Amino acid sequence: MQLTVENLHVSYGQIKALHGLGFSIVQGEIVCIIGANGAGKSTTLRAISRLVDAEKGSHMVFEGKDLLKFQPDKVVSELGISHVPEGRRLFGNLTVMENLQLATFARRDRALIKENLETVFEIFPRLLERESQLSATLSGGEQQMLAVGRAYMTGRKMMLLDEPSMGLAPLMMLSMFDALKEINRAGTTILLVEQNARLALKFAQRGYVIENGRIVLEGESRALLENPDVKKAYLGG
Amino acid sequence: MAFFLQNVINALQWGSFYALIALGYSMVYSILMLFNFTHGDIFMTGTYIGFGVATALVALATALSWSMPGWLLLVLTIIIAMFLTSILGVVVERVGYRPLREAPRASAAITGLMIGIMLEYGNLAILGTQRYNFPSIIETVTYDVGGVFFTNKKILIVGVALLLMIALHQFIHKTRWGMAMRAMSYDFQVVPLMGVSLNVIAPMTFAIGSALAAAGGILYGMAYPVLDPFMGILLGWKSFVAAILGGRGSILGAALAGFLLGFIEIFTAMVFPSTFRDLIAYSIILLILTFRPYGFFGQAHSAQLRL
Repeated sequence: MQLTVENLHVSYGQIKALHGLGFSIVQGEIVCIIGANGAGKSTTLRAISRLVDAEKGSHMVFEGKDLLKFQPDKVVSELGISHVPEGRRLFGNLTVMENLQLATFARRDRALIKENLETVFEIFPRLLERESQLSATLSGGEQQMLAVGRAYMTGRKMMLLDEPSMGLAPLMMLSMFDALKEINRAGTTILLVEQNARLALKFAQRGYVIENGRIVLEGESRALLENPDVKKAYLGG
Repeated sequence: MAFFLQNVINALQWGSFYALIALGYSMVYSILMLFNFTHGDIFMTGTYIGFGVATALVALATALSWSMPGWLLLVLTIIIAMFLTSILGVVVERVGYRPLREAPRASAAITGLMIGIMLEYGNLAILGTQRYNFPSIIETVTYDVGGVFFTNKKILIVGVALLLMIALHQFIHKTRWGMAMRAMSYDFQVVPLMGVSLNVIAPMTFAIGSALAAAGGILYGMAYPVLDPFMGILLGWKSFVAAILGGRGSILGAALAGFLLGFIEIFTAMVFPSTFRDLIAYSIILLILTFRPYGFFGQAHSAQLRL
C-alpha cells in the first residue's frame, strides 16, 4: 500500500466532519471518492495534506511513514504528495510561470525540474502560450490546467484532486481527465474526490462512497457504476 | 520659491522615515493579515541598537587610533544594526505571533501592543531615564543652492531610504523568497501546498521589516539625535497610518503614502501654526480614507480577509 488511512477523525470545532474513515491506495492507481456535498470529501484530502488536524487515534501512513508527523509543507516537499485544492486557488498576482516556479520552492533537483516543466507544457501547451500572463487572467479551463501543472511540479508520487471537473465545460472536462490519465501513466498515483460521480467512476479504477464522514461502499469502478444504491443516489437513477 | 523647495526636502526626509517604517507594517500585513503593533517599538529598539553599534564602532576606532571615515561608519552601523534588529523581529514573530496564528486577530494585536510596552519599559529599566545622544556619524555640511539651504545629511537620508526601497523591490520581485511572499499575500493558506514553509517566510518577513525600521531609526537619529524609549510610539502610529493609506499590504503604496504623509505634514505646518499641524494633517488623511477606504493600492478582498 502506498497510502493507508484508518480510523480518520476530523472535527471543525464542535462539528464532526469525519467519523473514523478509512481507505487505502496502491502505488500507480487512480482512485476516486464520491459523495454528496458536505459528506467529507474535501476534509479527507485536507487531512492527508495536514491542512486540518486529525484527532487522536487517527492513522495515516504514506510509504511506510507516519503522515501525522509531517507539517503541511513537508507532506509536499518530503513525501511528494501534491494537492489541487477546491476552487484551484492559484496565485492570481503571479504569472503562469511564477506559479509553476513557486511549486518547486523546496526542490533542488534542477535538471529534473526542467524536465518536469517541459512535461507540463507538453501536456498543457496552452500554459506555454500564456507563460508570462498573470494567472488571474486565465480562463476557467486554463486555470485548472495550471492548478494541475503546479501540483505536478511540487512532487509527483501522489496527486490529490479536489473536484477537478468543477466549473469546466464538458469538452474541457474530458480533455482535463485525459491529461490526468497521462500524468498517471507517468507514474503519479491519483486520488480524486468528485461530486460528478459518473465522470469520476469512469476515470478511476476503484472508488469509495462517502456519506456523513464514513465510507459506506467501496469497490471496482465498474461494479459501483452498476450498483443499484449508487445508481439511485449518485448517478440519477 | 526657495522656502517651498526647502520644505520639499524636509518633506522628503520625514517621508523617508515614515516610508521605511510603514514598509514593515505593510509586509507583515500582506502575508499574515496581521497588524504588527510592536513595529513602532521595534523601530525604537533598532534606533538604540544603531546608537549602540555606532558608539561601539567609534570607541573601537579611537582605541585603534584610527580615524574611521564617516561613510564607512554609517554603512557599518546600518548593516550591523539592521542585522541585529532583524533578529528581534524574528523573536517577536516566534514568541509573540506564531502561537496565535490561528487565534482571532485581536489576540495577536493585543499581544503585539504588550510586547511593544515591554520593549519601551525594558529599555527604560536597562538604560534608565538618561537621554542618549546619537553620535554624529557624519559631519554636517550645509549647502546653499540659490537660497535653498539643505544639509548633506538630508540628502543622505533620502538617498539611503530610496536605495533600501529599491533593494526591497528587487528582493520581492526577483528572488524565490520574494515570490513566496507575493504568493502568501494573495492566498497564504495554499502556500504550504507549494512545499513552502510558512515558518520560513513569516520570520523572514518580520526580519526584513524590522531591519528596514532599524535603518529608518539610524537615519532618524542622524537628523534628530536625542533618543527616547517612547520615540517609537508616535512615529510608529503615523507610519501605520501611512501603511493603511497606501493600501493594506501594498509595498509600493506604503512607500508612496509614507512620503505623502511627510508632504502633508510639512506643508500643513507651512500654512498653519505648528500646534495645528497633526490635527489638520490627519484630518486630511481621514478625509482621503473616507473616499478611498482601502487606501491607494489596497484591494477590498485583502481588507476583508480575517479582520
